[in-house]
Amino acid sequence: MSTATNLSSTDRWDEFMEGVWRQNPLFVMVLGLCPALAVTVSAVNALSMGLATTFVLTCSCLLVSLLRKMIPKEVRIATYIVIIATFVTVVDYVIQAVSLALYDALGAFIQLIVVNCIILGRAEAHASKNPPLPAMLNALGMSAGFTLGLFALGAVREILGAGTLFGISLFGPHFQPWVVMVLPPGGFFVLGLWLLVFAAIARRKQDKLAEAAGHA
Amino acid sequence: MHESAAQIFINAFLANNFVLAMFLGLCPFIGVSGKLETAAPMGAATTFVMLVASLCAYGLNLLLTSFNLEFLRLIAYIVIIASAVQLVEMVLKKYSPGLFRALGIYLPLITTNCAVLGVALFQTAREYDFVQSVTFAVGAGAGFTLALVLMASVRERLQLSDVPSVAQGTALSLMLAGILSLAFMGFAGLGG
Amino acid sequence: MSQATDALTVSTPTVGMIRTLGLVAALCGLIIVSAYQGTYDAVQENKRIAVERAVFKVIPVATSIVEYLAPGSGAPQKVGTGGTAPAGSIKFYAGYDKDGHLAGIAAEGAAKGYADTVRILFAWDPAQATITGFGVVSSRETPGIGDKIVVDKDFLANFPLAAPLSDDRMVLAHEIRTVKHGTKTQPWEIDAIAGATITSRAVGKAINEAAQALVPRLVPHLDALKEKS
Repeated sequence: MSTATNLSSTDRWDEFMEGVWRQNPLFVMVLGLCPALAVTVSAVNALSMGLATTFVLTCSCLLVSLLRKMIPKEVRIATYIVIIATFVTVVDYVIQAVSLALYDALGAFIQLIVVNCIILGRAEAHASKNPPLPAMLNALGMSAGFTLGLFALGAVREILGAGTLFGISLFGPHFQPWVVMVLPPGGFFVLGLWLLVFAAIARRKQDKLAEAAGHA
Repeated sequence: MHESAAQIFINAFLANNFVLAMFLGLCPFIGVSGKLETAAPMGAATTFVMLVASLCAYGLNLLLTSFNLEFLRLIAYIVIIASAVQLVEMVLKKYSPGLFRALGIYLPLITTNCAVLGVALFQTAREYDFVQSVTFAVGAGAGFTLALVLMASVRERLQLSDVPSVAQGTALSLMLAGILSLAFMGFAGLGG
Repeated sequence: MSQATDALTVSTPTVGMIRTLGLVAALCGLIIVSAYQGTYDAVQENKRIAVERAVFKVIPVATSIVEYLAPGSGAPQKVGTGGTAPAGSIKFYAGYDKDGHLAGIAAEGAAKGYADTVRILFAWDPAQATITGFGVVSSRETPGIGDKIVVDKDFLANFPLAAPLSDDRMVLAHEIRTVKHGTKTQPWEIDAIAGATITSRAVGKAINEAAQALVPRLVPHLDALKEKS
């Protein structure tokens, strides 16, 4: 992790992509499962949850990074939790102001962003040790990765479970929805399948590398 | 609508199981359900913290409502849960060092278990009274423990079976959780 | 959580910890309060629109709504006109048509459904003493099965339900209840949807519980509600 204040643009890009791909919080680190499975019954819900988490993660990391020299070690976790809870409360009210229907759909899981391990993890592992700019880039990357993961889950579940994407019917009126996909078990199955897909890709890559090494 | 204590318990325990139907507390569910001997104490510790958190949240909510400070609810709950966990840790350390050592690393982790905050938030949203809140917390804790123990038992069995190497680890655990969750759907409507 | 690190590092003086925590708490308090104040109007407006939409759906002829609280005894009180209603009051909405005449009364009810609590808003017509319809406020019922209650034509044909008061005006003359699919014989019974009996039963139970509590409180004071004031 780079701590230099003058980052070149490739470093910045790396900092960002770290969370999107190599350390994707959902598919690689398997963190933040609760909101990932609970609200991803439709693509819209998944994206909204992703955006809410992005806001909380980025703002918290920025503030933690700004205050990092002031916060004594003994009370750092308490301070982080208070900061995170603050931004979650803000998001909670903003969503209520924007759309009550969305607020009802996401339910308690907006407030439960507080205990999303990704956020506390980032604050502790990255933001508390880095200046504001890289801390924010890292947070943005992580959020983008998380949002992407949520969308991947939400889109698959909505297509299979309701035959729609963003509420638009894909298969016409004769599609018999696979209802279990929007019920709790479907969440587990779809995430499990995505993890299988990623494991298979990783395996293939490894095999290719091994083969290349063998030829050389 | 008035729910009886038995209804609330059955709902939180089986029909709306916190882990398998509400998706709360998944991190420890996937993380520490590998062995039966760690699953059971983890469940017990979480249940205990849930009970303490539920009591604190009930009192705190009364206080906040009487001062019209509802917008501070979330921040107050999370701070009180973190403090409750610390308190439980200290009390256990002083009076029951054996149990403290057994639970050791799990205790701090409970702070970020969304099932605990979930109990506090749901009992407030559903306007449960004191007895209802306590029953709800115990039911939710029992449900969490049940899911954890079931999962651990299945995973212990799986160690002996021949699983394709791609599917090992979290992917397989999630598939198992999906099947358990399907089974728990059979309990739906039980607490009517 | 930090016992282990305490021993290894120089500990910060207590005053420093309190100062930092106090500063952070003050900053966070400021952010929360400004967010709350900033969104307050929009949130209230959203809630009002949501309530209006729901009430207009169950009382189609209504064009305006007045929110009331019905106490255990005495006349209903308008919400927001000062004075506190006694605890245990039931909230209801009086819907008025464009001439200001009472078109119907809407109130919330809730009962345990298949997956979770089903919350509904039902409309009561004081002139006919019937429950004219209902809408879902929130439910987590199975998509495609339990959520048919608002679209299934046969189920909606159950309404209006007869809901006259008993002779002593203390309860409804007949308990509103859901019966098995195809066995409805009385105008106060609800014919369940085949395959979604539990959700159908929740609708009946929610209406019955709420109506049993609310209607006897309203009937003696209907004259006061007749015209929009």
